[in-house]
Amino acid sequence: MLDKRFVLLSNEDNVFVCCEQVFAGDEVCLEEHSIFIKTDIDVGHKIARNELPQGEKVIKYGAPIGSTTQSVGFGEHVHMHNMKSDYIASHTRQRRSGEE
Amino acid sequence: MQGYLRADGRKGIRNIVLVTYLVECAHHVARAIVTQSESEDVQLIGFQGCYPNEYSLNIMERLCTHPNIAGVLIVSLGCEGFNREQLAKTVAASGRPVETLVIQKSGGTKSTIAAGLERINSLVDVAKQSEIVTMDINELIVGTICGGSDGTSGIGANPAVGHCFDKLIEQGAACIFEETGELIGCEQIMADRAITPELGEEIMKSVEKAENYYTHMGYGSFAPGNAEGGLTTQEEKSMGAYAKSGSSKIHGLIKPGDIPSQGGLYLMDVVPDDTPLFGFPNISDNAEIMEMIASGAHLTLFTTGRGSVVGSAISPVIKICANPETYENLSEDMDINAGKVIKGEATIAQVGDEVFELVKLVASGQQSKSEELGHQESVITYKRFDAIGPSCLPTIR
Repeated sequence: MLDKRFVLLSNEDNVFVCCEQVFAGDEVCLEEHSIFIKTDIDVGHKIARNELPQGEKVIKYGAPIGSTTQSVGFGEHVHMHNMKSDYIASHTRQRRSGEE
Repeated sequence: MQGYLRADGRKGIRNIVLVTYLVECAHHVARAIVTQSESEDVQLIGFQGCYPNEYSLNIMERLCTHPNIAGVLIVSLGCEGFNREQLAKTVAASGRPVETLVIQKSGGTKSTIAAGLERINSLVDVAKQSEIVTMDINELIVGTICGGSDGTSGIGANPAVGHCFDKLIEQGAACIFEETGELIGCEQIMADRAITPELGEEIMKSVEKAENYYTHMGYGSFAPGNAEGGLTTQEEKSMGAYAKSGSSKIHGLIKPGDIPSQGGLYLMDVVPDDTPLFGFPNISDNAEIMEMIASGAHLTLFTTGRGSVVGSAISPVIKICANPETYENLSEDMDINAGKVIKGEATIAQVGDEVFELVKLVASGQQSKSEELGHQESVITYKRFDAIGPSCLPTIR
């Protein structure tokens, strides 16, 4: 079963989406396995449904939404620090992704 | 539902007298006329630039002849490039009363404001005579945009709007979604939904154009708040945004100012043609809302996760909030709480039905939250477009 703080949007997805904030150290049940979450995860953010090797397509809504730039462990936060667009760079107030 | 019948046969859901300035230099005078008129039905829009632009003129003509508009006061400084004569001619040809004041010929600020207030009084009197007639859902044009999206937008608010769109289209309304730059990654699935293969090809080309354009600009249509809200890439944001379109076939591909020729679902291509010339295609959400309105949208469904507060001049904006935390924080600004979806308290269809019911109420005169709060934002930009191709509009079914 899946912790109620996360949702799986499509069966093909390799990420879960957070529906209610979880904090580092919280134990969550992600289908067959329970793990301790390593970092705070806010609503709307993604964590890995399984281990994702570097260069893997990230699947959400059953569709590819980018690729990992490094390997991501099961249950770890998937975001700009470890994935990128396959089309066009994203940006924050401080920097564009992929730039130092 | 009831609407205001205009001389050109179109029906509006609001009865507004519009004051428009044609260059920033005339902004203060125009705003003073609107403020001092002390009428809720007098609204302000305008254009900042001094250089002429075919697109800006076209958009201004469409806005001034929108079915929600009963009459227009044009405020010009006098020396700007905007073709005020053509604008006045177009408004007059639509059967709407129109007045033009040129500040340089009217004795300056004070006397132009005084003259403007006189003109506004008579325009408001004419507006009060507008004929009220019955109006059906199949006469409505409804737009949708998203702003301040986050990881919840694509789960709650956007699919709920999609559900509402399906219901509106079933009943004959025309619905418009956009923005090709925010649909990068969805081009193939959209093309597959087109009513003809030729339209599918046009859709593919429009998204390819958007990708090239944004690459040239150096930024995608992606704001820092999107990332803070859990969205990582343009295509992730796109997949969420795409859910606003619902499940109908796509009947047409229009550009800002093109009015849907019949009911159905339309994609709006807001990315300028040819080489990038005037900057970003969608400088802010209100520029997109204005383009929807220029294409005839009677009202706009605005989905948000981070929490936008904007409304619009001319047409009501209904805000649908996907993020339960944001809803709690900004509930006075939000019309619909779609945060119930991710909390498991309501289904997408239930929230979509709620949106549909609110569309009917707001179309019947009930004020949306942003209207109540006095939001009347508007932005008109410089752009350049070629006319749409022959396969972009549906032929009569």
